Amino acid sequence: MLTYRIHGHTVPVPEQAPPPQEGPEYEARLAEFEARIARGEKIEPTDWMPEEYRRQLIRMISQHAHSEIVGMLPEGKWIPHAPTLRRKLILIAKVQDEGGHGQLLYRAAETLGITREEMVEALLAGKAKYSVVFNYPTPTWADVAAIGLLIDGAAVVNQLMLAQGSYGPYARAMKRICYEESFHIKQGYDAFVALATGTPAQRQMIQEAVNRWWYPALMLFGPPDRDSVHTPTLLRWRIKTKTNDELRQEFVDQYAPMVLRLGLTIPDPNLRYDPETGHWRFSEPDWDEFWRVIKGDGPCNAERMAARRRAHEEGRWVREALAAKAVQRINGGGDGRYAVAGL
Amino acid sequence: MHVGAVHAPDPEMALILAKEQFARRGRCVSLWVVPAEAIYASRAEEAEELFASALEKEYREPRGFRVAERVRRWMERHGQSLPEAE
Repeated sequence: MLTYRIHGHTVPVPEQAPPPQEGPEYEARLAEFEARIARGEKIEPTDWMPEEYRRQLIRMISQHAHSEIVGMLPEGKWIPHAPTLRRKLILIAKVQDEGGHGQLLYRAAETLGITREEMVEALLAGKAKYSVVFNYPTPTWADVAAIGLLIDGAAVVNQLMLAQGSYGPYARAMKRICYEESFHIKQGYDAFVALATGTPAQRQMIQEAVNRWWYPALMLFGPPDRDSVHTPTLLRWRIKTKTNDELRQEFVDQYAPMVLRLGLTIPDPNLRYDPETGHWRFSEPDWDEFWRVIKGDGPCNAERMAARRRAHEEGRWVREALAAKAVQRINGGGDGRYAVAGL
Repeated sequence: MHVGAVHAPDPEMALILAKEQFARRGRCVSLWVVPAEAIYASRAEEAEELFASALEKEYREPRGFRVAERVRRWMERHGQSLPEAE
């Protein structure tokens, strides 16, 4: 890892002997750190933080970034085959946004001392995870509509929560992403409703897509709380502010009615509204399938990774050309980072 | 307003990439890019001390003045009332 510079200051690099994570000085700093979080303060890159906090955030943010990039693939496939020019333009904009979100998130992860090269290498080597939902295929146009409503909808429920998190750069990136995601859901719902209120063939197509995407949407929130090893730490330090199961319930409460009111069904015989609790009761996804797919044994894992590796290889000449093109460098050498300000 | 950062080999590419990344929604009228190492910023641990005094200067804010209250008291003392109330 490199010594990482932020705005003229040097951030100590974790791999170069982090301070001992125990002892009275550590305990004192930890207490102050946790008090700051309890007060609702944001932790910034130059602040003291426990190494576990840094590690958890690097893992979470880089996996989130990978998910955005890989997430471009199942829908990107439909760009050449969109049913109308307008849908094509909308889908291009959406997929472009996802690429941009990946960039924002890699940037946020970099503030914690990991490089982009390390993160991309981990993804291509199959060592880093990304959201399980993107390992499922998109056989029809209706899958694009179902993803736009259900998967982006689930993502927003998750991301609105993450935007309240304690780590400044991640929370701020999430706010920006949520703003753009609201367009994704709207366009998804628009396409979804067009099919659901269309011909019998269109209704059947969207119904079958719902049958394929309902449980993956539930899986987006991660394993059930009882099986989530990371959740207690993430909650304690407000990296997450709600549990996977709480978010899953929020999603079902918001999105089940939207599907049902169009006269479509959801592939869950146990799904019903409980007037006593004010919540919808629902079946959990097949967790065996979840763990299998996350470990690489899903319908599209191989295809997704092959696409990413191919893109990386075929893009090599672009990276090399850009490096050769460099016309101006700051004396003393920069690391190629430019801060951006706009209005 | 600082919006983020990009990786680029030179300022021209930085501007192009910044436009793609931050001006997608077309509300931008001006975009600056600057090598990150050229920036000198205040440190997080200094912030409280550096910016604290501003919070005690209420007179810099409209809410630092209680004018309506003085007018009301004067009007009461001199038997004045608002035209609408007559």
